[in-house]
Amino acid sequence: MKALLTEAAASVIVLFARAVTAVRTIWAEEGLPTRPCIYFANHSSHGDFVLVWAVLPPRLRQQTRPVAGAEYWLKSRLTRFIGSDVFNAVLIARERDNRIHDPIEQMAEAIDAGSSLILFPEGTRNQTDAPLLPFKSGIFHLIAARPDTDLVPVWINNLNRVMPKGEIVPIPLICTVTFGNPLRIVPDEGKDAFLERMQTALLALSPRPAGSGE
Amino acid sequence: MSDANSDLLVLVTGIFGVLIFASVVGYGLQLRFSPTGSNASIENLNARIKAWWVMVVLIGLAFVAGRIGVLVLFGFCSFAALREFVTLINTRRADHWALAAAFFLVVPIQYYLLWAEEYGIFSIFIPVYAFLLMPIISVLRGDTERFLIRIAEVQWALMICVFCASHVPALLTLHIPGYEGRNVLLIAFLVIVVQLSDVLQYVGGKMFGRTKIAPKLSPSKTVEGFVGGVISATLIGAALWWITPFTPFQAGLLAFIITLMGFFGGLVMSAIKRDRGVKDWGNLIEGHGGLIDRLDSVVFSAPIFFHIVRYWWSL
Repeated sequence: MKALLTEAAASVIVLFARAVTAVRTIWAEEGLPTRPCIYFANHSSHGDFVLVWAVLPPRLRQQTRPVAGAEYWLKSRLTRFIGSDVFNAVLIARERDNRIHDPIEQMAEAIDAGSSLILFPEGTRNQTDAPLLPFKSGIFHLIAARPDTDLVPVWINNLNRVMPKGEIVPIPLICTVTFGNPLRIVPDEGKDAFLERMQTALLALSPRPAGSGE
Repeated sequence: MSDANSDLLVLVTGIFGVLIFASVVGYGLQLRFSPTGSNASIENLNARIKAWWVMVVLIGLAFVAGRIGVLVLFGFCSFAALREFVTLINTRRADHWALAAAFFLVVPIQYYLLWAEEYGIFSIFIPVYAFLLMPIISVLRGDTERFLIRIAEVQWALMICVFCASHVPALLTLHIPGYEGRNVLLIAFLVIVVQLSDVLQYVGGKMFGRTKIAPKLSPSKTVEGFVGGVISATLIGAALWWITPFTPFQAGLLAFIITLMGFFGGLVMSAIKRDRGVKDWGNLIEGHGGLIDRLDSVVFSAPIFFHIVRYWWSL
């Protein structure tokens, strides 16, 4: 019964996300890895992981788990249902003091169990005019623990205009989700160099600013 | 005076014939010159032909469903076009409620007014009420950054995508003596003439085009294509006089006017795309542009066509 309900809720959410954003997906030349991988994306809206999740092919979607803040998703019964049951999110505690589990371990376990992750390395939603906030180091520690994992950059465009922070009515603008070619950590790559390379790869997928001509 | 349905049937049969012919020619060209999809012009032509099939089937279904079908179809077109347009304009968070109102209030109200045949308010709802109320909603948030640009662009989007586009189904509300129950044929006349003119200009330009007419705006438009397309669309319009309340000469004259409007409308919408650094308005048809790319010329000619017919023919 519950399985049926989560299935139905997932379909409704995917349908709704697609209808509101008329989302267009631009796939990478090399396609998506079939093995468990980490999709890392820019973060500007609550709907970000929903949109990435919605555009993934169903087979890959089933094995993909978003990484989200436990504080937000465990707040009420509804968010708990959507977060834990529908999206099967890896819920990590943001505040160091509340932690029972180590977030890096939680994510590594999910990858070991055959899941892919959707991760927002900026750590929080970007409300600034800068295209990207500096990445947090968590993704580096995770990848240092699981160096064979592919990292797929994903640029989400326009969703922050559809549903800005604090608004309740979505504006049905057209969104694009752009996937880049998978990356890996190279041997002896330091934290800063690795994070820098990831940020560059993600920014390379962002569209040129309007008015720049053809 | 022949029956509207039988005229429609003749027309639909004719259109299907033309489309089948076009599809066969397109397929042949593809086999002969572009088997791997390498010839952009042939791919583009085939994409257009496919888009027309969809257009013809949708408009046909809407005609069968009657007035409500036509209004729902064009209501959705306005909604989809508005979404393509607003995606490319400057908006800020402060415009959120104004944009919500544009999508969820202005569009349905404009088409409801057509349903209710409230011509007076229909014709001023967007130019007066939306024009004044939308900036009020935006200004309440107190964000003055690029304010004039923001409100002007939203109004432009509404004028083009909702106000102008709604003048196509508005043809149904006209009362032309001796033409009762046949108004859908006016929509067919407008759409056929404008679309044929578009494609004849395109094909003519590809075949005989030497001189670019507006190199900065639209490199594919040529003087030869323009002249050939306008003349042949005008003749086709005149030949379609039997589905209209016009004489052949009047039908040709009207076809000439809407063809010109469609041509210049295409130029204006091209200029906006260039300004925003995009090639297409959207991706409604994967890889082949958005709804506005296909409807820009109809949108520009519809209000002028509507008002000419309303002034000289309607009660």
